[in-house]
Amino acid sequence: MIISMTLELKDIPGQLVLALEPISELQGNIMSVVHQHEEKTPRGTIPVQVMFEIEQSRLDELTERLEKSGVRVARVGEERLRASVSVVLIGHIVHSDMGDTIDKIDSTGFAEVVDLSLSMPGIEKPSSAYLVINAVSNRELDKALDILRDVASRKELLLIEPIKMNEGT
Amino acid sequence: MKTVRITLMGFGAVGQGVAKTILSKNEYLKKQGIDLRVVGITDSKGSDINIDGIDLKAVISRKKETGTVATGNMSALDIIRNVDHEIMVDVTPTNIENGEPGLGNMLSAFGAGRHVVTSNKGPLAMRFSELKEAAEDNGLFFRYEATVAGAVPIFNLVHEALAGNTVTGIEGILNGTCNYILTRMAEERMPYELVLKEAQELGIAETDPAYDVEGIDAALKLVIIANSIFGTGATYHDVDVTGITKITPEALELASQNNSVIKLVCEAVDGKLRVAPRLVPKRHPLAVGGTLNVASIQTDLAGRITISGKGAGSIETASSILSDIIYIARHL
Repeated sequence: MIISMTLELKDIPGQLVLALEPISELQGNIMSVVHQHEEKTPRGTIPVQVMFEIEQSRLDELTERLEKSGVRVARVGEERLRASVSVVLIGHIVHSDMGDTIDKIDSTGFAEVVDLSLSMPGIEKPSSAYLVINAVSNRELDKALDILRDVASRKELLLIEPIKMNEGT
Repeated sequence: MKTVRITLMGFGAVGQGVAKTILSKNEYLKKQGIDLRVVGITDSKGSDINIDGIDLKAVISRKKETGTVATGNMSALDIIRNVDHEIMVDVTPTNIENGEPGLGNMLSAFGAGRHVVTSNKGPLAMRFSELKEAAEDNGLFFRYEATVAGAVPIFNLVHEALAGNTVTGIEGILNGTCNYILTRMAEERMPYELVLKEAQELGIAETDPAYDVEGIDAALKLVIIANSIFGTGATYHDVDVTGITKITPEALELASQNNSVIKLVCEAVDGKLRVAPRLVPKRHPLAVGGTLNVASIQTDLAGRITISGKGAGSIETASSILSDIIYIARHL
């Protein structure tokens, strides 16, 4: 599961390492750290937002370890996959190991393939697939797309991405 | 009344379109205070010159009957240098090997003090900064609205109407042939090869379609946009190009079930130039059908502005050329 945690650190050197170490020790995969030095809490501590992937069973132990080392856990929440992108793949999708293609996205922990429609007009003919990928945020979605671009180029598949839907559209 | 003399280099579909348009717009031009005279016309076989103004009707019928405008054999470069005129209009065919003869015509024109209007992509896609510099060094106008998206006024829009804005990105569909093929494939669920054949029979695609369907033509236009609007000094080699030859009817069908279409989209965003098939939501302004072209411009002040229209055709292209000629005439 993907966890977003707000921690409060004492305003002395070495605290950030103290906060992040237990996450890696428990095989957590840190995805982002936002350290707000200027924003102190009324308690004089510095808030840090950490996002990471970790096995659910290890979450309690992590909280315990953090509190024990003097890091206050102010908030714990599960992150949902909020960003979404649809792409089309064309080529020998099945014969180039479709499972592996999907797994390359799913194994990131921050993105997964949530829908797949496949059209196979005939043996030897290229197949076409429509994939929907969800991710925690747009930044993770971009990373997932990078991975898919790389996989598609290695497997000689044509990847059709959506146009950028920036402001005003 | 201001007399403005032009020469017309090239008398193919676009050149004839320009001649017809000047004839049909004679009254309009007079009302604008412009007495527009064509004093020299060339094609691949020869040339016609008349310093008082060539009879365009006669040239059009001569071209039809004999296959050439020629009444003499003075070369294009000689005419540019030695026949007095204000604007050289280059509508010679696009050549992406070395840009000639358009490149030589344009550089000579700037050297001889002539303003330049062109529809020829080749020289601009290859040597944009050199041409722009030659124009600026000599204090001359260099206008090329017709090189990208036919009748759609992208450069006028950005440089004149949107002056003051910083353009942060451009997306567009700039090749009508590809757009026609993808539209027909989606509508008729026909495979690429069949639609291509149909397009060739209709004269929408060339016998050798590679230039269009591999995305080369679209990439050249994107290079001109990048140079003109972002001043990046980009060349064709800076564009990441993917064509439409691998698109399947099934992919279009899957896209359609999800309210999208697949379009060959040119994109200049964050300094990156890319031409590739992309998913476009059906109701998005970029999702134009048939042979239409479209450009969507993201700006800091005006937000997003999208224009679409006909990207080819002799009269449509002549519309952009005439607009450039009138722009220069007004500033003389």
